[in-house]
Amino acid sequence: MSKSTLTRRGVLRTGAVAGAGVALPTIFTSSSASAFTNEPTGGSVTLGFNVPQTGPYADEGADELRAFELAVEHLNGGGDGGMMNTFSSKTLDGTGILGKKVEYVTGDTQTKSDAARASAKSMIEKDGAVMISGGSSSGVAVAVQGLCQEAGVIFMAGLTHSNDTTGKDKKANGFRHFFNAYMSAAALAPVLEKMYGKDRKAYHLTADYTWGWTQQESIQAATEAMGWETVNNVLTPLAQTDFSSYIAPVLNSGADVLVLNHYGGNMVNSLTNAVQFGLRDKQVNGKNFEIVVPLYSRLMARGAGENVKGIFGSTNWHWSLQDEGSKAFVQSFGTKYGFPPSQAAHTCYVQTLLYADAVQRAGSFNPCEVGAALEGFEFDGLGNGPTLYRADDHQCFKDVLVVRGKENPESEFDLLEVVEVTPRAQVEYAPDHPMFAGGNLGSCNPGA
Amino acid sequence: MFGLGKKDTTVFVVVIILALCAPFILNPFPTGSSLAQFNAGYPDLMQRFVIFGIFAIGFNLLFGLTGYLSFGHAAFLGMGSYAAVWMFKLLSMNVIPAILLSMVVAGLFAVVIGYVSLRRSGIYFSILTLAFAQMSYNLAYSVLTPITNGETGLQITLDDPRILGSSATADGSIPVTNLFGLEMRHFTTVDVAGWSFNFSVGYYLCAVIMILAFYVAVRIFRSPFGMMLRAIKSNQQRLYYTGLNARPYTLAVFVISGMYAGLAGGLMASMDPLAGPERMQWTASGEVVLMTILGGAGTLIGPVLGAGFIKYFENIFSKINDSVLHGWFAFLPDGLENFVIAILHPFVGKGWHLTLGLMFMLVVIFLPGGLVEGGQRISRALRRDKPEDNGAASKASHEPAE
Repeated sequence: MSKSTLTRRGVLRTGAVAGAGVALPTIFTSSSASAFTNEPTGGSVTLGFNVPQTGPYADEGADELRAFELAVEHLNGGGDGGMMNTFSSKTLDGTGILGKKVEYVTGDTQTKSDAARASAKSMIEKDGAVMISGGSSSGVAVAVQGLCQEAGVIFMAGLTHSNDTTGKDKKANGFRHFFNAYMSAAALAPVLEKMYGKDRKAYHLTADYTWGWTQQESIQAATEAMGWETVNNVLTPLAQTDFSSYIAPVLNSGADVLVLNHYGGNMVNSLTNAVQFGLRDKQVNGKNFEIVVPLYSRLMARGAGENVKGIFGSTNWHWSLQDEGSKAFVQSFGTKYGFPPSQAAHTCYVQTLLYADAVQRAGSFNPCEVGAALEGFEFDGLGNGPTLYRADDHQCFKDVLVVRGKENPESEFDLLEVVEVTPRAQVEYAPDHPMFAGGNLGSCNPGA
Repeated sequence: MFGLGKKDTTVFVVVIILALCAPFILNPFPTGSSLAQFNAGYPDLMQRFVIFGIFAIGFNLLFGLTGYLSFGHAAFLGMGSYAAVWMFKLLSMNVIPAILLSMVVAGLFAVVIGYVSLRRSGIYFSILTLAFAQMSYNLAYSVLTPITNGETGLQITLDDPRILGSSATADGSIPVTNLFGLEMRHFTTVDVAGWSFNFSVGYYLCAVIMILAFYVAVRIFRSPFGMMLRAIKSNQQRLYYTGLNARPYTLAVFVISGMYAGLAGGLMASMDPLAGPERMQWTASGEVVLMTILGGAGTLIGPVLGAGFIKYFENIFSKINDSVLHGWFAFLPDGLENFVIAILHPFVGKGWHLTLGLMFMLVVIFLPGGLVEGGQRISRALRRDKPEDNGAASKASHEPAE
């Protein structure tokens, strides 16, 4: 026991030596900091693809990952080049980005903000990713976008449809190609008016998070403007899998339209429940009961099967489009995977190309220069017609598709038919529109 | 040293060394090598290691000493996070007030929840705590959306007041969390002959707090108070018969344990200013139970090891995808390569839960005392070997110890 003094001194001495050893190298390195976070120095550049591999949006995530792999293959000169050949900007030549080979890392967002941020952080801190993309939930997109802003890397949003992503939660380092809830409502409302008339009572079931809230707000505003009445709006948890208890009250509410502000697995389950309760065969107020799904995708249509027939919704892109860009993309995606891509795959593929092109045009991976190259960028040939990346909020403006579940599908992929292509002018809005107010891009952050 | 016994001092020094040298220990493979995939020495994961270590140490005070199995401890972690983020929104980006408030808030909730739940013991206590945690989760998820921002999670924005700080920095971005100007996210990378080591400000703050938390836990373990808690675990009836009221002791340790969880939550928010309701979900509560049991309930260092083990699997194994596997097994002939990958596929990437589950089963079946027992068995085996080399004399001297 009397040895304790010796131990203490020993510990102190070891501690001092270790501390000095730890501190010493930092003196030499602190001056050699790079110009921005994760500046690629070798012969390759790493991109981070953060997609939901588990949870309610897992189908979308899997398809996004396929699109990313395809995009990387095309950027590195493999495959048939896909939409690189139809893209109006011709800076991409299949030699990677700025001559550097493109590599990528993947992660699972689990459709949870915490997990998504942890995954994105590990990509930035461990793998040296200079750009993060992907995601299929607006809650996650908003969280990861915030993280990328702090860390000083570019965030190319994947499938995120909430107004907030480029509204009150917009960030200088974040960019969204996908359309948003306001655009869906603006495109859908005239079609609904034509099909179902001006005198309708709507009941909303809404996923309880940022996307659901803004989607419901947008569609309510657009339908009420043409004379519809909103009976009720019920919020449902994102993790919900059985919606029976939410559907039953609809029957006695006096409503004659059910609006499902659900996406992915949520929508598949709620629509199936609604059909099982016989809602579609009902007559209310002397009219046929109708169901509307504001945001539609082919993956959801496949999940819900027979139940989607005749149901209206909107979508960002559909594989049956006949422009050159879409055809080239469907061709190369189909060749590689054996089935056509979803809208989630499309937006992720396009975002990757847009990022690569912006880096080429800027001549640097610095997020501030890349951001400046994307702001106000007008392009064509990527499947949506002429498109503008608006500088005020980093939102893309393009035509919106109104689709309907096909009555007689010819194949297992031929589930939706395009009813109307709503022109860009009809879905545009001012950057300070009340539904998008309250945010601030701030200034771009290159990190380091 | 520091009022600790000889054995505890050794453990304490080991913890200090592990915590301070983590950037070296966790990056054993050169950056360019194919094994770099298994490096865990990047700031975010290192911070998680120590933060969940603190969480598990606190949980172990309750579960390891009194045997009360709380199945809702994540609620305190979540409350701590929300409290800290609100502090960042309203007061300033300094982490000290945020961490203090997160402990106070978690402590207050622990008093209320503990007062009700501790009226029952055993399975009923577990169910009560689980119910409270799920209630908190659902409140945060939907009912209290104005305070918690629901599923999206509470984040700091440019227009928060921040009375003692600034709403936005000069260049128009959100200020970052700091300790009197020392930015939490700042880190320096040191490259030494192929290896690179990350030294993060945030990590070292967490590590120092973890060391303090560990020290307090050791003192509680060895105090008369700790002895009383052990008495409650061994036979509560007997305590009551001898005229002692156990409830104040259990409530006290429940509150302390809740404050540990709040501290962990506050630190999490300090490293990354975001708080989401999924931090309070029952799976998060279950995770800390797993950490403690995996590492060794009732031991000092066990929970820290368990926390590190689980977080490592979650962050490293979940990132191994098929293309990484193809990279590893490229040397095999094509058919065999695909076969091996098909077998490994369910265990990596999104299947990391499966691997963790198997490990957990193995540990519980073969090492009921957790990883600590594994360590003890190894050291015992080594000690048994040594006497055979050194002769019979030392063997005899070691026998009584066994």
